[in-house]
Amino acid sequence: MTKQTVAQGSGLLLLLAVAAVFPLVFTNPTATNFAVVTLVFVAVASAWNIFSGFSGYLSLGHAVFYGTGAYFLTVAANDWKLSAGAIFWLVPLAGLAAAVIAVPLGLVALRVRRHTFVVITIAFFFIAQLSASNLSVTGGSSGMLVPQPNWAGATFNNPFYYVALVIAVATIVLAWLVRRSRFGLQLRAIRDDEDRAAGLGVRAMPVKLAALVLSAFITGMAGAVWVYFTGEAVPQFVFDPLFDLAIVLMAFFGGLGTVAGPVLGALVLQPAQLWLNLEETNSYSSEILFGALFLVVILFLPRGVLPTGAEYLSKAQAWIRRRRAAPGETAREPAAGADDAITPTSAPGGAA
Amino acid sequence: MTATLRTEGISKSFGGVQALDDCSLTAPAGKISALIGPNGSGKTTLFNVMTGYEKADSGQVFLGDGRITGAPPPRVYALGVGRTFQLTRIFPRLTVLENMLVPAQRGRSARQHREHAMDLLAFTGIAGHAAALAGTLSYGQRKLLELSYVLVADPAVVLLDEPAGGVNPTLVQHIAERIGELNKAGRTFLIVEHNMDFVMSLCHQVTVLDSGTVVASGPPEQVRSDPRVLDAYLGVGTDGDD
Repeated sequence: MTKQTVAQGSGLLLLLAVAAVFPLVFTNPTATNFAVVTLVFVAVASAWNIFSGFSGYLSLGHAVFYGTGAYFLTVAANDWKLSAGAIFWLVPLAGLAAAVIAVPLGLVALRVRRHTFVVITIAFFFIAQLSASNLSVTGGSSGMLVPQPNWAGATFNNPFYYVALVIAVATIVLAWLVRRSRFGLQLRAIRDDEDRAAGLGVRAMPVKLAALVLSAFITGMAGAVWVYFTGEAVPQFVFDPLFDLAIVLMAFFGGLGTVAGPVLGALVLQPAQLWLNLEETNSYSSEILFGALFLVVILFLPRGVLPTGAEYLSKAQAWIRRRRAAPGETAREPAAGADDAITPTSAPGGAA
Repeated sequence: MTATLRTEGISKSFGGVQALDDCSLTAPAGKISALIGPNGSGKTTLFNVMTGYEKADSGQVFLGDGRITGAPPPRVYALGVGRTFQLTRIFPRLTVLENMLVPAQRGRSARQHREHAMDLLAFTGIAGHAAALAGTLSYGQRKLLELSYVLVADPAVVLLDEPAGGVNPTLVQHIAERIGELNKAGRTFLIVEHNMDFVMSLCHQVTVLDSGTVVASGPPEQVRSDPRVLDAYLGVGTDGDD
């Protein structure tokens, strides 16, 4: 193990420990309320990134999966008359419901690329929202209530907090595993040049679909936890276009296609939005601010805070090294761009 | 591992334009064949049909004795036909080594896959850039990377679309040597190229395409003096010197 791995590992463990004791230290219900919603968005932003960040297919329809999970839990909890604790067992089932929905949506939408794909995901979003407002099973436009547990007010948020934490941590670990795997490499190859990848044996459709289904599964679980926590499923909040914009902003802000980026984005932006909504009487001010932030990020930090920050850091380190180098001893630069830097060797075993 | 790649009566039109018209050619096993012709004569379209990127209106593609007409690109690659593109296409945001790990592999462990990839990079001469993002490579280095990763799954037949296009003479020589070495090991090549010195010195057989039709095919010396070729490709009045 290198020194860097040890440092990173202990840093992550420390973060996890802080997250584990957070509701015991900050007992104020407002604080834990913020924390639950933030963790839900950590999971969702990471899940969105597993599909969109790695594959380059930008989905603006993830609210479909979030809402599917939310309505699944709401309807099932009401129909099956489950007790308060048992409702949490519906969360993985809600994820499965979202994953099942993702299969036909993916088979249709993943036939097209770029802007056309984005437009189709938006269309799916509106189909879902209109359906929820008009179907009797979802309670129509007035929505439905989720049966609420009668837990004590002071610690009411804690079970939700820990369920959301488990989902968020599992999602981050999953994103890390995908990033390192052959599956993740194929996704990133598809992002860079899908046709070229096909010519190297990558079967793009199953790979893209698997990523979308995985992403939908987590998003559905997150939606289920969120709706149980808020206590009601109303079409315009369960299927909210701003939800899609928020998670996209979180991923872009932190760093699209990185593991830590969307997590950072959610940890910074979600509490900021909740706080602004609380402080400002005009609830649209946070949305206006977020819209402006989106523009700033796209214009000045298109790759996100983390990749651009890392770039500046390595530039600074290189500058320091050059300064330290003894006079006369020129710093060695990589010979990028030099065709002459070719040193052939004999044919490899496979070719002989 | 080697095989013959053959097309029989391929026709393909885009709207009113007949890109390929009853096009039959053979890239014999273990030989380096060239496909030449003026711009727009259908060379790249034929490559696309052979590797599954375009569907032919009629005609067949054979690999050895097997018919591969209409097979999608991943299947064609799995069957043992690799190709490069005219304007090099690499994965710019993956490292050079990661680029090499994209091609599907069977029967190799992750470690063997990696070692094999590094061997190939050493063979083409860009192993020193393994950790660099492919997007930072120069044009010539990208050409070498594309050649390298096409070889990862040991394809029996390799189709190269202008391997010498836009690179300096030293590198052209380097690429020609690499192709020659790979061919000695038995690999079949079919090469689209405009650099006549490259074609005439490297290839065993030359096929000339004009307006989607094969106008001549044979050994380089014979094709070079064929009046139809002079007319179609080298232009009337060219005395055909080298």
